[in-house]
Amino acid sequence: MNWISNYVRPKINSLFSRREVPENLWTKCPECGTMLFHRELKDNLNVCMNCDHHMPISPRDRLAALFDGGVFSEIDVPEAPSDPLGFRDQKKYPDRMKEARRKTGEKEAMLVAEGEIGRTPIVAAAQDFRFMGGSMGMYVGNAILAGVERAVKGRCPFILFSAAGGARMQEGILSLMQMPRTTVAVQMLKEARLPYIVVLTHPTTGGVTASYAMLGDVQIAEPNALIGFAGSRVIEQTIGEKLPEGFQRSEYLLDHGMLDRVTHRGHLRDELITITRMLMRESPPIKGDLPRPEAVDETPDPEATANPDEAATSEKAAGK
Amino acid sequence: MNNYLDFERPLAEIEGKAEELRALARQNEEMDVEKEAAALDAKAEALLAELYENLTPWRKCQVARHPDRPHARDYIETLFNEYTPLAGDRNFADDHAVMGGLARFNDHPVVVIGLEKGHDTKSRIERNFGMARPEGYRKAIRLMDLADRFSLPVITLVDTPGAYPGKGAEERGQSEAIARSTEKCLRLGVPLISVIIGEGGSGGAVALATANKLIMLEHSIYSVISPEGCASILWKDAEKMREAAEALKLTAQDLHRLGVADVVVKEPVGGAQRDRKATIEAVGRALESALREFRRKKPETILKHRRRKYLEIGSKGLAA
Repeated sequence: MNWISNYVRPKINSLFSRREVPENLWTKCPECGTMLFHRELKDNLNVCMNCDHHMPISPRDRLAALFDGGVFSEIDVPEAPSDPLGFRDQKKYPDRMKEARRKTGEKEAMLVAEGEIGRTPIVAAAQDFRFMGGSMGMYVGNAILAGVERAVKGRCPFILFSAAGGARMQEGILSLMQMPRTTVAVQMLKEARLPYIVVLTHPTTGGVTASYAMLGDVQIAEPNALIGFAGSRVIEQTIGEKLPEGFQRSEYLLDHGMLDRVTHRGHLRDELITITRMLMRESPPIKGDLPRPEAVDETPDPEATANPDEAATSEKAAGK
Repeated sequence: MNNYLDFERPLAEIEGKAEELRALARQNEEMDVEKEAAALDAKAEALLAELYENLTPWRKCQVARHPDRPHARDYIETLFNEYTPLAGDRNFADDHAVMGGLARFNDHPVVVIGLEKGHDTKSRIERNFGMARPEGYRKAIRLMDLADRFSLPVITLVDTPGAYPGKGAEERGQSEAIARSTEKCLRLGVPLISVIIGEGGSGGAVALATANKLIMLEHSIYSVISPEGCASILWKDAEKMREAAEALKLTAQDLHRLGVADVVVKEPVGGAQRDRKATIEAVGRALESALREFRRKKPETILKHRRRKYLEIGSKGLAA
């Protein structure tokens, strides 16, 4: 022990780590390269302010932006067996799970919640691509079933945001069987005559596209999302030619009649309100009746620094 | 002349020797080789039995893909009378990877649908190696709908490496076609019995194998992804397909334990390719007894039975 290890090294370390902090405040748009300030980017729902490139958004942020006032309550999903096949590749499946949990802070690859949008009660599910590629295993199947059951019970629409590479290989055939299993869930909604709206986000491929993600009453996609069954590399190898520009992207699918709409993330909430209210034969949404968009992000998150002016006025209002 | 798989090489040697001896004897009247040849035959038979008694999962994949195995067309020609092929999806084309139509099975009219791989270069190309395109699945949907309206049971014969990964297939909605076909399977008020006669390749198989009863041949496989594909993704090395086949739990025996396959039909010693007729007849008997279970059952009962089966998958046979 000497002054070098006790004093100099921590000093050097702190210098380096301090330098890293400001870097985290900025995100570089992978599409146009613009440096985006984190708070502005968050307010813009992770869409580049310069080129409109849609970056991934976590299910929690997604649902907070969707529901009125950012208020929603999570729906309990029945536990799924943690490692049904005892699967091991270069890593053990439970170790991969632990890693994904640590990385995302989430339990699994899908979040299901209920709440209101434009005062219409709905159930929504959002898939988490960061969690093992959003892959569909038994838990995701259970989550969709739990969400649908709640929607049927409460007689409300079900909105699903998909994002997945496909079925979770580590659950083998049991993941494949989530294709028919989730299809049964979709049928339960249809038989109850409740709207099922799918929002396809980047990327949605494989067994997920080939089951619940393509069975919506209305199919919406975010701009430039990769949506398809087979991976483009596999296709190129099979047919031995280069694929056209924009192949398997939202706009390409829209052109080929596979989607109803391609909608900017910033307009999704309003559009979903409009569609669900019409399908539920409710009156048009009353604009003044809705919470102001600015309020959306701030109400649920006590840590977020609210606009000081607004905070002051609301305090005054409360005081009166 | 047999087509030998790599692990059958010792067998090929013995059988080759016996064949050689007999050929010699045919040219030379005085030679008496029968005793020696018979000894070789016995040796070959013992080796064959030994090889096939404990096939590893990867070897099972090889057997399931054996070019001499009976294919869908062979089953349809042998087990059905008055087979009347019905073609086309009424939208785009007729997909030759999916064959199907009206037929009589033990005098009862049914709808039979088969994924056909082809038996020589010409027919393999025509059948696209058993890889269906969207129009194939849409033809299947149309045939299942016909069966449902006229109360005819549906029998599907599944043998496919997977749905075709092609440019046109994607543009015409491969995933949507698979999703709708699976949905149709789950909506039938008539019994749907599926037989996996060789390869059950992922979503391309699910689309036709979401059945009341899933019959699998002893050496058939059914998997979320091919062992080669899984190996190249998780091991980053397609040559690790043996390990992947092991981990995926894709054999008929595994699937029976997991409650995905309801019946496993024994194959002749040395696999279906060694005695095609016996194999086809065994499948015929399994089909008959499966159909008998659903005779005079109400449509709602049949539909509910199928849905319950898929909702409950994942609750038995799991690794500790």
